[in-house]
Amino acid sequence: MARMKFLCDADRCIECNACVTACKNEHEVPWGINRRRVVTINDGKPGERSVTMACMHCTDAPCAAVCPVNCFYTTADAVVLHSKDLCIGCGYCFYACPFGAPQYPKVGNFGSRGKMDKCTYCSGGPEPDGSLAEFEKYGTNRLAEGKLPLCAEMCSTKSLLAGDGEIIAQIYKERVVKRGYGSGAWGWKTAYRETIAS
Amino acid sequence: MIKGTAEMPKLSARLRFIVGAMALALIVAVAAPVTAQQRNPDSSVNPTASSVREDQLLNELDRISGRCTIPDQKACTIEQPAGRDWRHFHEVTLRWIGAISILGMLALLVIFYLVRGMVRLESGRSGRVLVRFSVFERLVHWMTAACFILLAISGLNITFGRPLLLPLIGPDAFTAWSQWAKYAHNYLSFPFTLGVFTIFLMWIAWNIPNRVDVEWMKRGGGIVGHDHPPADRFNAGQKMIYWIVVLGGTAVAVSGYILMFPFYGTNIAGMQVAQVVHGVAALLFVAVMLAHIYIGTIGMEGAFEGMWDGTVDVNWAKEHHRVWLEKEIVEGHVAAPPPKGKMQPAE
Repeated sequence: MARMKFLCDADRCIECNACVTACKNEHEVPWGINRRRVVTINDGKPGERSVTMACMHCTDAPCAAVCPVNCFYTTADAVVLHSKDLCIGCGYCFYACPFGAPQYPKVGNFGSRGKMDKCTYCSGGPEPDGSLAEFEKYGTNRLAEGKLPLCAEMCSTKSLLAGDGEIIAQIYKERVVKRGYGSGAWGWKTAYRETIAS
Repeated sequence: MIKGTAEMPKLSARLRFIVGAMALALIVAVAAPVTAQQRNPDSSVNPTASSVREDQLLNELDRISGRCTIPDQKACTIEQPAGRDWRHFHEVTLRWIGAISILGMLALLVIFYLVRGMVRLESGRSGRVLVRFSVFERLVHWMTAACFILLAISGLNITFGRPLLLPLIGPDAFTAWSQWAKYAHNYLSFPFTLGVFTIFLMWIAWNIPNRVDVEWMKRGGGIVGHDHPPADRFNAGQKMIYWIVVLGGTAVAVSGYILMFPFYGTNIAGMQVAQVVHGVAALLFVAVMLAHIYIGTIGMEGAFEGMWDGTVDVNWAKEHHRVWLEKEIVEGHVAAPPPKGKMQPAE
């Protein structure tokens, strides 16, 4: 089985936000929730770069470690998923996540955050693959259909790569060698405890 | 005046020098990254290659933020590896603190009970009682206590439920229970905070440390042996409990409300700190309250009725709170001894 990862080549990202829009549309994500977002660093200054970020599906994921009800699980493809039936909306994953991936449908207080929502790597949840119940809670399950996450698939500059970690790392390495620079595999050190030499 | 004007040119010259030095330093500092610019193989500067780098940003700051176009501006922070530290605290440090303080306190109390046993009323019961706690005081105490117990159980569930309870009852039952426990934890915080605040106001007058407490502490409160050092309405040990409740209660309330109202004046890092404070303060609070519950129930004869019925035996007051009893007698709050020969209730 593959070890699925995301890699954002920030030297290619043009901040078009198509990945954000594609994700919201594909999964019919409710208002206020952004499973993926594009952030521009050093905006308007020399060396500005845009990075798209969502759940990185970490190795030894911190969210899963701190969850008081153990609602997270890792699939055979190393995708970190969670069960909304088990989630109690306590917010602990949100304190632990280095990438701000967990989102809550309610902004309300008194602990009424609602069930946590996050990027599923387009692979649904614990319900049967492709079922309506799965779609309503987690969105579509593209991975079960043999397709990669839509955000990466439709990235116009192929800045956002999704797929097996070794393959996308190789693609990135070749790009860095060819053009002579790279701003780094954003989040890889934190998520996977490895970097791609650039 | 003349002296002042004479020194003016000197001062402005010095000022010019300082400003000039600072400007130079600034220029050097700003210019420095230029040398770090990446160059093409033919050693010309590649303008698109001089980008921000993730590892460099993470070294400079503990998180990476930028500008984003979605309304939720919190999403503009893309990386904050500090969650790793908080995770270690939550998974390891907090559990050790909890296990040592709570199990340690329980072990101490069991050993103390086996060695010392219940602190008996040495002079027996006099049959005369005096009011120790008013209805209002008892109401506030038990409201706070009931909230505390439920808050403690639901709070311990968050930290220890997953390794201890989840394997026993299964994920569905554990989630159902934890969901209710979370709601209880959030909503009971309000009566609990009100109770702590009322306790602070209604007993502060009796809880200012004074000379009697020094003597009481020196004699170890008479815990070991059969000593009965004098004490006012509250002895030094009770005063410590009072201040732990007031200060510990404030700490858990403030940190708890910060967690309950996310992003009101805090960010993720602030909430991590609040959770650390909340967890440590609450676990130590539970450990101290175990000792309080022990001494108020099986630890001391005649103590529990003071908070339950509101009255204590005069002999109990004589042994444990002599100074207070004397004051109560002077103020006429203690009934005269019953006439001899009258029927006493058999107890």
